[in-house]
Formats: sequence, structure tokens, C-alpha cells
Amino acid sequence: MSIGHTLLGLLESGPRHGYDLKRAFDEKFGHDRPLHYGQVYATMSRLLKNGLVEVDGVETDGGPERKRYAITDAGITDVAAWLAQPEKPEPYLQSTLYTKVVLALLTGRDAADLLDAQRSEHLRLMRILTDRKRRGDLADQLICDHALFHLEADLRWLELTSARLGKLAEVIAP
Amino acid sequence: MTPAGSLLAAHDLRKTYGSTPALDGASFSVHPGEVVAVMGPSGSGKSTLLHCLAGIVTPDAGTITYDGRELSAMSDAERSALRRTDFGFVFQFGQLVPELTCVENVALPLRLNGVKRREAERTARKWMERLEVEDLAAQRPGQVSGGQGQRVAVARALVASPKVVFADEPTGALDSLNGERVMELLTESARTANTAVVLVTHEARVAAYSDRDIVVRDGRCRDLEFAV
Repeated sequence: MSIGHTLLGLLESGPRHGYDLKRAFDEKFGHDRPLHYGQVYATMSRLLKNGLVEVDGVETDGGPERKRYAITDAGITDVAAWLAQPEKPEPYLQSTLYTKVVLALLTGRDAADLLDAQRSEHLRLMRILTDRKRRGDLADQLICDHALFHLEADLRWLELTSARLGKLAEVIAP
Repeated sequence: MTPAGSLLAAHDLRKTYGSTPALDGASFSVHPGEVVAVMGPSGSGKSTLLHCLAGIVTPDAGTITYDGRELSAMSDAERSALRRTDFGFVFQFGQLVPELTCVENVALPLRLNGVKRREAERTARKWMERLEVEDLAAQRPGQVSGGQGQRVAVARALVASPKVVFADEPTGALDSLNGERVMELLTESARTANTAVVLVTHEARVAAYSDRDIVVRDGRCRDLEFAV
């Protein structure tokens, strides 16, 4: 995920301090990975340098200086371009798993066992996500669903590979 | 050979149809209140396993023990009685009786157990409420959607407070959203009532509602948790 674009997008609704931005990001998108303050300030410096945000004001409130950032017209254009650009579909080749399966077959180990163990691990994670989805709000549900559908796709690959082990063993036989 | 604390356990089941072995040494167990998913490719023997466990099909060899009693030692009448009182069923296509209203369908297991109509329908309505289909009480199955019909079927499976519900691809005919809701309601209701669920499915997202899963392959069960 592009943190820069996400922070820019959050600024479209109005100027915010770095701390507010971090809080808004964590609340909406952070879930398992809240932003570090360092990430926020480093990103804002870069956006500032690129003219995508500007400093809207500086407050002290008796403490350290706090900059309030506002998005510029160039920033708005940048967010719009990012949103309009489709993400590159990642053909996530199961390279590690594929390698493990082939190596298991080449070395006379049980590749079906390996696939079953992976299957079980995938399902374990799917159970955790399903449980989280059941307890969570709509945002949690959508995020978990995204992960669940991807894991399900992996599982289908595991099943299919499992059904094709015999053929694969013939093909790669030394 | 029955795993400690299990409610329903099968050991070394074998079943052959013609010359095709459907089960070839399958073992399985479920504890009270536990939701176990039975997964596996088409033709692997998972439905045969479910039918054997439920006493619908008699295995050629092996033992099935339910609540300390061996199924093969029971008469047909005893097994039928067991299916009415202790087991509930949900299939892929609701299999509701089209001539009956939804509430009559849900009340059916209680009526077959000799419960009076009014009381049976009162209990049925309570279950329909829990499955969020209380408004459909007077409708006939042909008048409700697939998702609604399946919830009615789940209510029917749970109405007689069974100890085990057997669900064979219960979401197979539903879209993602409806399938998900059926699974949520089925597992939540079963857990609340301490009812065990044997859930046959080939869908991982459905199996993810279970506490544990086993894979049936070539007529044998693999349970990774207990395999090592």
C-alpha cells in the first residue's frame, strides 16, 4: 500500500496534524500494522518537498511545535491519478511451495504430506480470520474477506497440486 | 478404540460400491459441541462417511460408536429413532417438504417425535427467530429464496435439540453472502446448544467456521492435528 497516497487522501477532507493523520490511518487501515510516527513525518517531509502538501499552520500549545498539513492542488491530482490507476494483478506464483513440492518428489519424500501440512496451516489462519470477521465491524469483515479469498485461492492450488502429484513426479523424474 | 470423550466415533470403516471402494479404513471422531469439517476432493468418500456416521448407510466393516452404543448392534428401528431424536440433517438443497409451510417444516422433527402440534410450532417459531426467518412461517418453501430456505432447513435440523447435526454441503447452492450467513447462524446456534456438527464441504471458507477439519482422500481420513 502507498502510505504517501493514503495520507494524502486523508488530507483531502481538511488539514490535519501529523498525529491526527497517524490516528486516522491506524483507525481505518492500520489494523495489524499501525504507522510509526517516524514513517508519518518522513512521508510528510517527502510530500512537502514534492509540493503535494503545504504547511497550513504551526501550533505550539506550550509544547513542541506541531505542523498542520494541507493538501495542495497537485496533491489532489496525484491522489486522483493513484485512485484511477488499476493495481497490477500479482500472479503470485507459489514459488517456494512449488520448489518444496518438487524437491520432496526428487528426494523421495512425501509431497502429499507437505501439501497437507500447508493446507492445515492455511486453514488455521482462515479460522482466525473468520473468527475476527465474526466479531468485527464491516471494515474488519471486508479486510478479512480479502485475505480469506486469497487464502482460499492458495488452497485450491494446493488441492489441485495434490491431485496432480503423480503426474508431476513423472515429469520431473531424473 | 473410541477416542476419549468423543460423542460419535468411527473406526476403520470400509464400504465398497460395486468394485469401487468408497471408504477404505476411515476413522473419525467428534466431541460434544464440536464443529468438525470433513473436506476432500469429489469422490473421495466424504459423503459416504457422513451417511455411515448418521446410520443411513451400513459400512461393510468397521465400528461406529455413538454415545457409548455401537450403531451396528442396533436394529433398523432403533437407528431410525436415533436419527429422529439425536441427529439433525442439513443438505445442499434444503429438502423441505413443499406442501408444508415453513413453520410446519421446522416443526416436523418434533411432530415425528410425538410432540403436539401447538407446542411443536411454538418451539419451531423460536428456532426460526434465531435463524432470522420468523417472517416466513406461513410461506411455503417454493415462495422463499434459496438462502432463506436453507436457514429454514437449519432451524429444522436444530429444532429437536439434536446432539449431532450432519450438514452435507449446506452452502453449496448459495452465493457467498448467503452462504456465510447460514454458516454463522448454524455454527453459532450449534455452539450455544452444545450440538456437535459434522460439516461436509469442499469449500475452505466454509470449513473455516469449524473447530477442526479432516481430509478424506481415497477413502481414508487424514487428521493433521492427531496425525503425528
